[in-house]
Amino acid sequence: MGVEHTHPTPWTYIKVGAILTFITVIEVWAYYIPAWVSSWVFVPSLLIMSAVKFAIVVLFYMHLKYDHRLFKALFTGPLVIAVLTIIALMFLFGQIAIRTGVTT
Amino acid sequence: MATAAHTMDAEGPMDHGHAGHPPTSTGLDHKKIAVWAFIGSECMLFASLISTYLIYKGRSRVGPWPTETVNAAGQTVPGILDIPVTSASTFVLLMSSLAMVLALGAVQNKGKPIQPGFTHGLFASSKLWLFVTALLGTVFLCFQAYEFTAFVHEGLTIRTNLFGSSFFTLTGFHGAHVTVGVLWLLTLLAIDFKRGLGPRDVINVDIAALYWHFVDVVWIAIFTLVYLIP
Repeated sequence: MGVEHTHPTPWTYIKVGAILTFITVIEVWAYYIPAWVSSWVFVPSLLIMSAVKFAIVVLFYMHLKYDHRLFKALFTGPLVIAVLTIIALMFLFGQIAIRTGVTT
Repeated sequence: MATAAHTMDAEGPMDHGHAGHPPTSTGLDHKKIAVWAFIGSECMLFASLISTYLIYKGRSRVGPWPTETVNAAGQTVPGILDIPVTSASTFVLLMSSLAMVLALGAVQNKGKPIQPGFTHGLFASSKLWLFVTALLGTVFLCFQAYEFTAFVHEGLTIRTNLFGSSFFTLTGFHGAHVTVGVLWLLTLLAIDFKRGLGPRDVINVDIAALYWHFVDVVWIAIFTLVYLIP
């Protein structure tokens, strides 16, 4: 069972750290722009930036990008269940809803 | 027989503890499988805590509230969350993850011939990076202690309202995880000073690093969902 690994160097990790910092700065900066906060893109953009940061840490710092697929399954399986649980509970308790166009 | 080949990238080679597959039925280290399964279960724990916070968000009848709110008397009350302080603590935790990955790299490459990468200079010192990681984790905890104290002084406790209950439970659980992580890192640092961490310790440092990065990714989610989204 030969496994080919190519791992990052310290400078790659430092670049990843710089990218994470940059995204965090953008997130906080967006929070202080009233026009951005009141627009419909504010929440989706924050969620996307957060997801990107999450993925970068998991793939590079936790080495999941280079690791065995069993580890990927052990992490992504529960993560998917966790995210679906959050979404389901948000619907169940009326925090989010889908507009059907039907008026009552 | 399980073998692992390592390739050189543009800046130098680096290998990981899992590469030397132990003689197990999966060819993978059982400790590492266990820690990934543990992290998976922790994802669901924090999902339940985050869900609880989000469900109770905006349902507190009395203040303080997280963001600017109009109270029952028609007055606009400012939010209690301190975004600049939390942004600083978020940056500290992100940098601790960087220090942790450098510590792991230093341990993995200990005793190897000098070449570009983890085998020389500052990057070769596992003691330095373990210390920096533990220090940054402690700074994060100090930020959290400051935030909790400020909230209590402003009248928000775990018993005040739904926001207080769900907020302190969620961030308190996270803080407890960070505390465990700092103690774990200090233990590794003590071992490093006592006898030196070497190739046989790579898996132990690796699982500590996985735990530490997980604590970091949970905070990435909390920072956005609790602090930034109004």
